[in-house]
Amino acid sequence: MSDSTRVADRPERLTIETSEGAQELTTRRDTATDELGREVGAVLRLDGVTLDPRQVDYERHDDETMIINMGPAHPSTHGVLRLMLELDGEFVLRTKSVIGYLHTGMEKTGETLSYVQGGTNVTRMDYLSPVINELSYSMTVEKLLGIEVPERAVWIRMMMSELNRVSSHLVWMATNGMDLGSTSMMIYGLRERELILAFFEKTAGLRLNLNYVRPGGVAADLPDGWQDDIEVICNTIEERSYEYDQLLTGQPIFRNRLVGVAPITAEEALALGLTGPLLRSTGVPWDLRRSMPYLAYDQVDFDVIVGTYGDNFDRYAIRLNEIRESLRIVRQCVEKMPPGDYRSQDPKVTPPPRQRIGESMEALIHHFKLFTEGFHVPAGEVYSAVESPRGEIGCYMVSDGGPKPYRIHVRAPSFINLQAVPLLMRGGSMSDTITVISTVDPVMGEVDR
Amino acid sequence: MIPLPPLAPPGVLTAEALACDVACFPTPDQYVDLVAAFRADGFEMCVDVCGVDYLDHFERFVPEGVVPTRFEVVVNLLSLSKKQRVRIRVQAGTESPRVDSLFHLYPGTEAPEREAFDLFGILFDGHPDLTRILMPEDWEGHPLRKDYGVGHVPIQFKEAPGPR
Repeated sequence: MSDSTRVADRPERLTIETSEGAQELTTRRDTATDELGREVGAVLRLDGVTLDPRQVDYERHDDETMIINMGPAHPSTHGVLRLMLELDGEFVLRTKSVIGYLHTGMEKTGETLSYVQGGTNVTRMDYLSPVINELSYSMTVEKLLGIEVPERAVWIRMMMSELNRVSSHLVWMATNGMDLGSTSMMIYGLRERELILAFFEKTAGLRLNLNYVRPGGVAADLPDGWQDDIEVICNTIEERSYEYDQLLTGQPIFRNRLVGVAPITAEEALALGLTGPLLRSTGVPWDLRRSMPYLAYDQVDFDVIVGTYGDNFDRYAIRLNEIRESLRIVRQCVEKMPPGDYRSQDPKVTPPPRQRIGESMEALIHHFKLFTEGFHVPAGEVYSAVESPRGEIGCYMVSDGGPKPYRIHVRAPSFINLQAVPLLMRGGSMSDTITVISTVDPVMGEVDR
Repeated sequence: MIPLPPLAPPGVLTAEALACDVACFPTPDQYVDLVAAFRADGFEMCVDVCGVDYLDHFERFVPEGVVPTRFEVVVNLLSLSKKQRVRIRVQAGTESPRVDSLFHLYPGTEAPEREAFDLFGILFDGHPDLTRILMPEDWEGHPLRKDYGVGHVPIQFKEAPGPR
């Protein structure tokens, strides 16, 4: 009987079906007092750092405020991020992000894939910086294996990850421009990114999820004439980055929406575990490329860009300038690119070249073993981190000695950085929520994994 | 090798043994005190908290004096001033895994601890809002546990209808 009633006749059923229960922001009436204090004190669940008791207005009633949903299908939430906002008129009192709409169990999937296949899985997490995901994964596997990567592979990896950083920041410039109403910037950003994606396609065969960096080296050597391509990319993007300056940096509407909006202090950023441009905007010069160098970052010359106020504008300026710094590194990679192998010659890790399979029994066996079972990795556990465009991306891996990782955990920078959103939004106006989400730059594929 | 804080955990493995940074193995009772000692020692940031289910790999290498349990909570701390990392592995229990929350030391552990609860069912005492974060609210079970099956779509290679 109840099944035959129309959906519109049983609204309570609809409510239950779409609810995320305790994951959602609750009304003041239903929230415990200390929990409310924490949330109202700015800092959804950040206690002890900035909670000012004078800001906690327990007396406010639910009638005066309104809880609204933003997302999960809102165009400016950069994917399927759902924010629940408690508003007092135009101003945000409390915020809570509800995530998980893109969760596909990639860490569980990673346990069923061999080390050779694993790269195709991690490259889909942060889909704007696939190379850097693969890099953190590959470096973790190599650390467990204890193998050395040839010099040329190191430099190719470095060059590709810097190009990837540029393309990721260009997408950020584009979407940030669009969020603030500058549709020209959106078209320009995606146009410039296309240059880099075309080079990725020429090198790796794919534009987005490359699976290019693999344990032991990279998948393919750089294509013929790559120096010329890089030269064109660097010159074009550098020249145009100054056009962005003209278009945005000094523009009064753009500045009004960014300067002084949503500041964060260094103590808060450290307490929340923020990394990347968010942390550097507060003046903390922490960049893993400089602080704990990996690959060959200690052999190239670049500046770590830091901000002063930790506001939206600082985060914008850091990303714009990081594009230029990355191009500087790419240019040095072209100059210093050493000759040699692009992948390790260890036959247990690297498949043999095609013609060797026809000649050598051993090569055939190695090829067969690699692509059926995969290589075995000594038992142990390791954490290694690299700097992604969004912060520290780390990979924690446990091996039981078999051909598949026993446990693979990715420390996703967006996931951690998202905790800053309630703090940044507190007290701001509703329209600033768009800029806050934009400058925090979460990639939902990585948040939900 | 970093100087360890005064509170000595039962086992400390160094970089040579684990092919990694230093790892400490406190008991659940010592866990929060040890992290607090590290924090006072200059480890400003808690980079990551995650769980591991050692159901199928119970005989892993742990230092002497540490009783391995099925679940482990792994904490990665980072010192920006010393440019060092340290890892803390606490044995969380076998039947009903439970450890204290680090929330009052590092507020940034809120989301990762919720994730460990969601995917492994590890309880964190003192966490302000221990709810599911990635899975839907009415989900049953904790998917990253080793006894939780992997779903798959069957692929039929034979007897599939031909092109005509």
